[in-house]
Amino acid sequence: MALVEIDNLTVEFGAKGDALRAVDGVSLSLSEGELVGIVGESGSGKSVASLAMMGLIDFPGRVSADRMQFDGQDMLALPQKERRAITGREMAMIFQEPMTSLNPCFTVGFQIGEALKVHQGGDRQSRRKRTLELLDQVGIPEPAQRMSAFPHQLSGGMSQRVMIAMAIACNPRLLIADEPTTALDVTIQFQILELLLSLQRERGMAMILITHDLGLVSEAAQRVIVMYAGQVVETGPVPGMFQQPRHPYTAALMKALPGEARGQARLETIPGVVPGKYDRPTGCLLSPRCKFATDRCKTAQPSLIGPDGRQVRCHTPLDADGRPT
Amino acid sequence: MSADTNATPVLAARELTKHYEVAKGWGKPKARVNALNGVSFDLASGQTVAVVGESGCGKSTLARQVTLIERPSSGALLIDGQDIAAADTSQIKVARRKVQIVFQDPFGSLNPRKKVGTIIGEPLAINTTLSRAERREKVRWIMDRVGLRPEHAGRYPHMFSGGQRQRIAVARALTLQPKIVVADEPVSALDVSIQAQVLNLLMDLQDEFELAYLFISHDLSVVEHICDQVMVMYLGRAVEFGAKETVFAQPRHPYTQALMAATPHIDPEKRKRRIVLSGELPSPMSLPDGCAFHARCPYARDDCTTLRPELRLVDGREVACHHAENIDAPGRDSAR
Repeated sequence: MALVEIDNLTVEFGAKGDALRAVDGVSLSLSEGELVGIVGESGSGKSVASLAMMGLIDFPGRVSADRMQFDGQDMLALPQKERRAITGREMAMIFQEPMTSLNPCFTVGFQIGEALKVHQGGDRQSRRKRTLELLDQVGIPEPAQRMSAFPHQLSGGMSQRVMIAMAIACNPRLLIADEPTTALDVTIQFQILELLLSLQRERGMAMILITHDLGLVSEAAQRVIVMYAGQVVETGPVPGMFQQPRHPYTAALMKALPGEARGQARLETIPGVVPGKYDRPTGCLLSPRCKFATDRCKTAQPSLIGPDGRQVRCHTPLDADGRPT
Repeated sequence: MSADTNATPVLAARELTKHYEVAKGWGKPKARVNALNGVSFDLASGQTVAVVGESGCGKSTLARQVTLIERPSSGALLIDGQDIAAADTSQIKVARRKVQIVFQDPFGSLNPRKKVGTIIGEPLAINTTLSRAERREKVRWIMDRVGLRPEHAGRYPHMFSGGQRQRIAVARALTLQPKIVVADEPVSALDVSIQAQVLNLLMDLQDEFELAYLFISHDLSVVEHICDQVMVMYLGRAVEFGAKETVFAQPRHPYTQALMAATPHIDPEKRKRRIVLSGELPSPMSLPDGCAFHARCPYARDDCTTLRPELRLVDGREVACHHAENIDAPGRDSAR
């Protein structure tokens, strides 16, 4: 039994009938100890999908799903109070910008202790001890002094370590990391990633790593989901999927990376931009930008098909030589 | 510095230094931030020098000196052969027309209350005596060059996507037909597919106008794609400087090696042995003795903590490291 089972997750914003589908029929299954990467450009719905899993989409947004289970419990049917008890304890999230996600008015020790207080209780002494332990685990030097530091006194890397400490405070079984390293410097990025991966291995947590960095996903994740305009366009195991991408979008993204186009004068580009609310094409969402698009692509939406674990949303998936079939 | 720059450089920096004074509170002496501590390089027409480093290493301070937004504390800056330190205000005004900048964030660098045509034409209105019609003609011409349609001139910045906005910023930088363009992280705020479009545009424009780029970035794969020479900076100093091929094939400074190893790659064969750097960048207010990098360097020895290494020629590039010869370099060929 998988830890997370999500079928056909859809998130909509705006008036009914004229809504923007930020997430459009995403399905995901995740077992304990598994690390799945979600990649996509901005506007692809990867962050909104994870917020929906955490139950953090508020009123004007509408979340619906055929099934949304965490550890066998139906998250959508659960009363708000019970769901709140799970969020933050059993599943936790790390946000992109450590500087803005910490409260500037409270010390970091207080903010980590708050998570413990809400979910585990205990007296002040034991919470303080646990906070010290956590700060030590995430590699913050002199944790006793750092506990009374305010977020502005910490560097970006240190703040992100505090965010991680907060997220793992209650030993979550699922950790969602939304662009955990994007706002950090390259060498610090690498330190944080190593920390996350070692914590994940030690604790056997399931982890969802959301990023736009294909390189990062291919080094860290076991399985990857590529999203485009709210839909999953391709999913498969790593490194197999990056060795032979079957969706034209994945292939084009990889070719657009400067590091992968060594020796070429020009980079391959994907013309145009991600469709917005008013220019959503009727057929395949990529069809206006896809160089292999046929008439069928412009009229009929392809569905996500393929053998288990390796699915593609394309009428003419690419073969081993990168040509449409 | 490199073999193919025998022509007079359009931009030359010699021991460029910039210090800032910061107040530490009432009654306390002011502290000095050593943002830039002696950087020298040459840049020729049609060439690109990339400046790489983490935040706080002085790359943006360097950009501010080169674009004449600030005057350096000491050192010489020659733009098109003219020494800026000795120039008076009117000469600087002329020199400013030769250097233009493209900023990192296209969402913050365009005035939301002005139309795109006005934004692109503003440098002309300030620096030239062209009539309104002539300016409009020029704006139209440059918009065509960067791939914007003429009707875009009447729109406002919020109507454009990130990539389009960066095109507008590039167009604005090019209206005065400068010789040098400073690109301060021009693609780091953009998505991968859009990033490729803007990089291609920058390279096409370089060919067309013989532009010299000072390309500031923290993304080594972008740098490797676009530059001719690369300068790696750490705490306001260049630690390694040389032709792209030489430096990328086998980095000699431990910091360059760590930077390269930290960049994730899709292709497992391009991944390198990881070098974990402990700690973070020291404060530029109190520079460490000896090599600025010694506290984080895995190869640091006693002399590194006392004696500051100067740039010297090793293996075809300049390196500031006492032990550059003795460090086994994990080049591209060795997988992790």
